[in-house]
Amino acid sequence: MNRYSSPLNFRRLVITLTLTWLGLFVLLPHLMVILTSVLTPDAEHLVIWPITFDNYLKVFEPIYAGVFWNSLLMSGITTLVCLLIGYPFAYLLANMSPTMRVVLLFLMVVPFWTNSLIRIYAIKMILGKKGIVNSFLMFTGVIDSPVQLIYTDFAVIIGLVYILLPFMVLPLIASFAKLDTSLIEVGKDLGASPFYRFIHILLPLTAPGIIAGCLIVFLPAMGMFYVADILGGAKSLLLGNVIKNQFLVVRDWPFGSAFSVFLILLMAGLLIIYNKANNYIQHKGGLDDENL
Amino acid sequence: MTNSAFLSLDNVTKRYQNQDVLREFDLTINDGEFFTILGPSGCGKTTILRLIAGFEKPDEGQVVLDGQDIAHLSAEHRPTNTVFQSYALFPHMTVFDNVAFGLKMSGVKKSEIKQRVEDALAVVQLHGFEQRLPHQLSGGQKQRVAIARAIVNRPKVLLLDESLSALDHKLRQKMQNELKRIQRQLNITFIYVTHDQEEALTMSDRVLVINNGQPQQVGTPREIYESPVNLFVARFIGESNVFKARITERLEDFQYMAEIHGIEWKIFADHKFDIDDMVHVILRPEDLRVMYIEDAPQESGFLGQVIERNYTGKTLDSVIKLDNGHTLVASEFFNEDDPDFDYKINQKVWVNWVHGWEHVIKADELKK
Repeated sequence: MNRYSSPLNFRRLVITLTLTWLGLFVLLPHLMVILTSVLTPDAEHLVIWPITFDNYLKVFEPIYAGVFWNSLLMSGITTLVCLLIGYPFAYLLANMSPTMRVVLLFLMVVPFWTNSLIRIYAIKMILGKKGIVNSFLMFTGVIDSPVQLIYTDFAVIIGLVYILLPFMVLPLIASFAKLDTSLIEVGKDLGASPFYRFIHILLPLTAPGIIAGCLIVFLPAMGMFYVADILGGAKSLLLGNVIKNQFLVVRDWPFGSAFSVFLILLMAGLLIIYNKANNYIQHKGGLDDENL
Repeated sequence: MTNSAFLSLDNVTKRYQNQDVLREFDLTINDGEFFTILGPSGCGKTTILRLIAGFEKPDEGQVVLDGQDIAHLSAEHRPTNTVFQSYALFPHMTVFDNVAFGLKMSGVKKSEIKQRVEDALAVVQLHGFEQRLPHQLSGGQKQRVAIARAIVNRPKVLLLDESLSALDHKLRQKMQNELKRIQRQLNITFIYVTHDQEEALTMSDRVLVINNGQPQQVGTPREIYESPVNLFVARFIGESNVFKARITERLEDFQYMAEIHGIEWKIFADHKFDIDDMVHVILRPEDLRVMYIEDAPQESGFLGQVIERNYTGKTLDSVIKLDNGHTLVASEFFNEDDPDFDYKINQKVWVNWVHGWEHVIKADELKK
C-alpha cells in the first residue's frame, strides 16, 4: 500500500483544494443569496429579519412579466442567430483539414483574450451615430443622416451574438466530429435528397450539439446586463439588468436575490429538459411516421 | 444467368490529387452474377465500387448500367445500393426504420413499405427484430440489417464493400453462405469487394484480381486459382511455390522438357514456348509430393530437409528447404492408411509433384 500512498495523498490534496475553493467562492455566495432572498429589505441595514417569501411573489408581478418576456425574446433571437450562423460554420469546420480547423478555431477564440466589456465598447463605436457603419453609409450616399443603430434591441442582439457565438460553435463541432460520414453516404445511396439527408440524418445526429449549444447561449444571454446597458441604453432589457438594478440602484437586495434564485431555477429546469431530450433523441428514432 | 454485359466500366480514369487511381480501366459484369473484385489494400478496388455507386464521378470514361450511361448520375438517383464495411446503420432509428428508409425516400406507400420491410428482414432471417435499435444488435445482426436495408429497394446491382471483414471467422463463413443464398434467391447482380482471397473464391461466380489499379486477371475462382496468368495472381491467390525454369526441348504440343535447378522435368504448358525460353513453374502446396528418403527409389526429385511442420487438423503443412537453396511449402492431407504420418524437423526428404499439376507461365520479369 505504501507505493500508492503518495499519489493518494496528492489526490486528497487536490480534491480538498478544489472543494474548499468551490465551497468558499461558489457554494457559500449562493447560500448567502438564497438566505438574502427570504429576508426583508430595509433602507438602513439592507436586510433585516423576519423571513418572508414576499420577494418571490414580487418576481411574478405583472411589471416584471414584461421584462421576463422581453428577456426571453432577446435571448431566443440571440440563440437562433447563433445557431443559424454557427451550424453551417461548424459543419464547414468539421469537414476541413485538421490544420485549417485549428487555424479557424484559433481565430475564433483570439478575441476572447480581450475583455468582453472592451469588445462591447468597440461594438458601440462601430454602431454609434458617428461610427464606422454610419460613416460608411453616409460616405457612399446610401443615407443622408445617421441611422439609429446604437441603443436599439438590434444592437443588443449583435453584441450578444458576438460574445456568445463561440459557445454555440464548440459543442456543434464536437457533434459533427463524432458524426460517421458514411451515414450521409448511406442516405445518398438510399435515394435521400440533400434536404431529407439533412432532416433525417444530419439534424437528429447533431441534435445533442444543437441543444447543448442553444442552452449555453440562451442561459447566459438572459444575464448579460452589461451588453444591454452599453448597447441598449437605459432600458431594462434582460433579467440580468433587473437583478443588477435591484442590487446597485434600488438597493433591494432580497428582491434581487429572489430574482437570481428564480433565474437559477429556470436554468436548472432547462438543463433537466436538455438531459431528457438528449436521452430521447439517442434512444428513439428521428424518423417517426409522423415525420413523413 | 445470361451472359450479356449488364454493367460495364469503359475506359474509366479516376484521379485523386493528380494521381491516377484507375487509368483507362475496363470492366464488364454480367446480369445476375456474383462478381468479386479482389486485391490488396490501396489497389483501387473500393474506388471501382464507389464509381459504380455514384459516390465518385470518373474523370474520364463511361459507367454503363443496363444500357444507360450513369457516370454522371448522382448516387441518390442510381438503381444501386451499397452495404458498407462499417454497416453504417442509422443509430437513431429502429431496425424497421433503417430498412424502410430507402422506400420512404422513394415515396412507396405505407402498407407496401411494411410488407417489403418484413420480406427483406425475412430474407436475412431477422424476423421480429423490427423495433430493436442498432446498439442492441450483435455484429452479425447489424450486418444482416445493412443487407436488408439495401436489398429492400430491389436494386439492379448490390455493392458490398468488404462487408464481412468485421466479423469473426465462424460468423464470416456463415455469412458467406448466407450471401450466396440471398444472391441466388433474389437473382440480383452482386459486386463484392474484398482483400480476402478465400472469401473471393468461396462466393464468386467470377473474380477480378486487381493490383495498383491494373486488372490482372478475370475468371472463375477455379481459373484464377489453377491457371493464374502471372506471378502476382499466383502469389496473391493462395500459396504458391514458384520455380524458375528454362525450356530445353519440345516434346509435342504443350509438352516440354525444362531444366529446374539442374534437373530436367517434363512439364505441361498451355502456351507455346521456344527452346531457351524462361518460364515460371507454379506449384500449389497441395500439388507437392514429399517422400521419406528410405521409401524412394533412387533419384526422386529435389533433395531437401524439413525445417518446419505444422499440424492444422486437416493437413500437415511443412516447410522444406531444398539443398539448392529454394524453400518450399507443402501441404499434405492425412489419409486413412497412415493416420500417424509426420515429419521430424531436419528430416531429409525427396520432393516432387504429380506431373501435369504444374502451371507454367512466361517469365516476363526475367527478360527485364
